[in-house]
Amino acid sequence: MLEYGLLIIIIALAIGFVMTWGVGANDLANIMSTAMGSKSLTVPQAMMIAVIFEIAGALLNGAHVTHTIKNGIINTGLLAYSPYTLVFGMLSVLLASGTWMLFASYIAMPVSITNAIVGSIVGFGLIVLGPHAVHWHIVITIAISWICAPTISCIVSYFLFIIIKRTIFNQLSPAKSAHRAIPIYFFIVGMVLTDMTILKGLEHFHVYLSSPAKFFTMIICSLIFAIVGNLLTKKIPFDPTSKRFRQHIYVEKLFSVLMAFTACAMVFAHGSNDVAIAMGPIAAIMSIVRHNGDIANSFPHWILLFGCIGVITGLFMYGRKVIITVGTNITDLTPSRAFAATLASATTVIVSTSTGIPVSATQTLVGGVLGVGLARGIGALNVTTLRNIFMSWVITVPVAAILSVVFYYLLTYLFGA
Amino acid sequence: MVSPFLKLFGRSPFKLLHEHMSTVFECVKTLAPFFTAVLAENWEEAATLQEKITELENKADDLKRDLRLNLPKDLFLPVARTDLLELTSYQDYLANTAKDIAGLTLGRRMTFPPQIHGNIHHLLQSSIASAKQAYRTIRELNELLEAGFSGHEKEVIEKMLDTLHQIEHENDKIQITVYQTLYKLESTLPPVDVIFIYKIIEWLGQLADYAEKVGDRLQICISR
Repeated sequence: MLEYGLLIIIIALAIGFVMTWGVGANDLANIMSTAMGSKSLTVPQAMMIAVIFEIAGALLNGAHVTHTIKNGIINTGLLAYSPYTLVFGMLSVLLASGTWMLFASYIAMPVSITNAIVGSIVGFGLIVLGPHAVHWHIVITIAISWICAPTISCIVSYFLFIIIKRTIFNQLSPAKSAHRAIPIYFFIVGMVLTDMTILKGLEHFHVYLSSPAKFFTMIICSLIFAIVGNLLTKKIPFDPTSKRFRQHIYVEKLFSVLMAFTACAMVFAHGSNDVAIAMGPIAAIMSIVRHNGDIANSFPHWILLFGCIGVITGLFMYGRKVIITVGTNITDLTPSRAFAATLASATTVIVSTSTGIPVSATQTLVGGVLGVGLARGIGALNVTTLRNIFMSWVITVPVAAILSVVFYYLLTYLFGA
Repeated sequence: MVSPFLKLFGRSPFKLLHEHMSTVFECVKTLAPFFTAVLAENWEEAATLQEKITELENKADDLKRDLRLNLPKDLFLPVARTDLLELTSYQDYLANTAKDIAGLTLGRRMTFPPQIHGNIHHLLQSSIASAKQAYRTIRELNELLEAGFSGHEKEVIEKMLDTLHQIEHENDKIQITVYQTLYKLESTLPPVDVIFIYKIIEWLGQLADYAEKVGDRLQICISR
């Protein structure tokens, strides 16, 4: 244990709590917006899904991203003999991203925690430790993924919506075609959900299945899922002689059941990404303090749970209101559109976090929505807002970098390491 | 803080477009009872109906303004913005023409020779029918948006537009018949009256022309 170790940990946890509180209060509402706007979930249902899958995402799939943030971006081996440099560095990273995110929220600028934290870590590494201390290949991979993830999500959702159009809406009888096609979509969502919950969950408890075993578990679970989904959709009353526009309403009702499950995947993706990112610097501080400067050691996984508690507190104190606002205002997003956008972005984020690359869940989801818009599925999209969301990282990264350097020198001046 | 997602979704113009057309059609439709009153020379009734037409035209103008203000340049739409604006303009011409017809007829307390009463009635019915068909097509546009602007819905609209063209063609024929009938009578009527009767017939025919133009614009909108 380092000197003042406990104090440092408490400070780090306090800042971390504020950040995750913000994630729960604001960011989670963005993630839920597609489900809420399409009226697929009631507010209590949305809150429940948010709590369960945010925790599941952070605990089952978050560790990869936390590792990347902790010791993947800067070469921490160089600092084995000066632990305080790294402790102060990570503290300033937390301070910098926290301040910037608070300020950005205040001026209503869309900003992502991913961009802020990665930016401030790179800033700290580059200025304080020197260019050689930064793992540039990882930084470049992350930067590329920030462009690729929304793009991929956009392309996937575009084709997904085109397929939905071809298989259901453009058919002579949309309702009949939907009865045939919906189980397949349930199967696909089932595959994503099985992969992230059951398979990732087993790995977490160190149960490793062979590839064929994994494959069969996935198929069987997805089949069960498709059957359950089918039973749920059967409950929706339908008159086969009804007119076309009634059929469209009916088809959207089917999709809203599907969308409710897709929302789970999106929240899971968010938990495994955003909570894990916020906890990255704290994990680093914990490792250094507990192992006397050795950062490479493992970190206690309860801090991810701690992050979740922050998120949930934010969600219940403030996020509930945001979710209701979003839900009543985005009326243009029908369940079928929301499904295409959300499934595309959830899978993109989950794949990316599984390999340890932190992306922005919000930006990826915006990519998904744009994809549906390009497929002529949405009445009107604000191009200015779209550009602002995507460009926010161009401002966030340098600002967070400069702030973290400033905070670092301030901390060392005050507490003189 | 406002969620960036909330700001991402602009207000869809299609509902407003439908609402506008619905008001326009209501306005054009009122010409039928108006002309019944005019031909019966029931000027009190005609004045009330003329007021109603003007009111509806004003309401349509407000909706048109609302629609235009809600179409800033930085909006990403499934159809071209310029096509939507032109579509609104033609919808608006329909209401304007209806207002002009009612205004002129009432203002001059116009009387029509009994020989063409039937013809005028026929022409009016045909013009209202074309406006109705245009209105129905616009109503179908919301369904087309539901279906992502393709497939079966598109065919439905194409067929409706074919019907609209047929109605307009019929309307042209009726208009020619009215002109011919009036031509035979014109020497027996006060010349100034004749000039304005010709004017009214021309405007009644124009209603169908504008309805057809609404259809044409719509076709351009969806055939991207």
